[in-house]
Amino acid sequence: MQDNVYVYILIMAAVSYAIRALPVTLIRGRIRSPFLQSFLYYVPYVTLSVMTFPAIIQATQTPLSGALALAAGILAALAGASLFQVASLCCIIVLLSEFLLLH
Amino acid sequence: MRNETNSQAFRAGFHDGIPIGLGYFAVAFALGVAARDAGMTPFQGFLASILCNASAGEYAGFTVIAARSGYPGMALITLVANARYLLMSTAMSQRLDPEMKKIHRFGMAMYITDEIFAIEIARPGYLHPFYTYGAAAIASPMWGAGTALGILAGNLMPVRIVSALSVALFGMFLAVIIPPARKDRVILVLVLVCFAASWICEKLPLTGSLSQGNRVILLTVILSAAAALLFPHPAEEEASEAAS
Repeated sequence: MQDNVYVYILIMAAVSYAIRALPVTLIRGRIRSPFLQSFLYYVPYVTLSVMTFPAIIQATQTPLSGALALAAGILAALAGASLFQVASLCCIIVLLSEFLLLH
Repeated sequence: MRNETNSQAFRAGFHDGIPIGLGYFAVAFALGVAARDAGMTPFQGFLASILCNASAGEYAGFTVIAARSGYPGMALITLVANARYLLMSTAMSQRLDPEMKKIHRFGMAMYITDEIFAIEIARPGYLHPFYTYGAAAIASPMWGAGTALGILAGNLMPVRIVSALSVALFGMFLAVIIPPARKDRVILVLVLVCFAASWICEKLPLTGSLSQGNRVILLTVILSAAAALLFPHPAEEEASEAAS
């Protein structure tokens, strides 16, 4: 029965806001637990990594074009390209490689 | 910072927010494609984006909406996908004037995003709330409009273009995780372990039957806890890296 899109959006908005608002309004000193500090430090990298692969090679028309975009994105990010540049490059790689592969 | 008026700070923020808004617009367009796959209307996409201002968090949320995985699942995955904002918010608390009106803490918290946080931290002294509002005034509507347009135009676009845009978000995620991986070998190894674990979990019958959202939560908790136990990360470095 949980199928109201607006309720999903409100929950998403409320949780997103609470995460941002709670530390800046409540925390005066530092979090003391070294484990919790470390855990929070690693969470974003793990979440984003897990969401990126293998999803990136499944999002495209052929796995190869997604794999090429992954490789190009990693190289560009290593070379210091901005978020926008890396995202654009991945799109262009998929567009070009699928144009060549599917013709 | 003291001698900067509210309107000066707002205009400076708006100016710096323009390139962010342009980048957001393109990335949000791809996010709109994911929202369209979840069966959302352009208005719902716009609403979600101006209320959440989160890329990975919204993408994760849209996969929950697509599967109608339930309200508790939505709360949990939003928490997990946005957990890095806990760190940024914590770092931000160290950069605010103790005499600033408390209402601004609530206002500024709304716009803690990777990019807006980055331009705020790059300014000297205490953060000016109106600088944040200026940047948000251009960046957030562009984010919302891009999402709505992605849902609208996604229907009209050739498969080839949709396929290309669908990797924009993953490209953005790479731009967030790869540069720190170059500086910190632990993160580099962790990213590679995550890729492998994610792939294996999808293939295994037990974990493969979970929804993608639940797999992300499971892997995040297990792998982050393992990394925290094996490679404790001191708080001082954490604060400076969150600020970089």
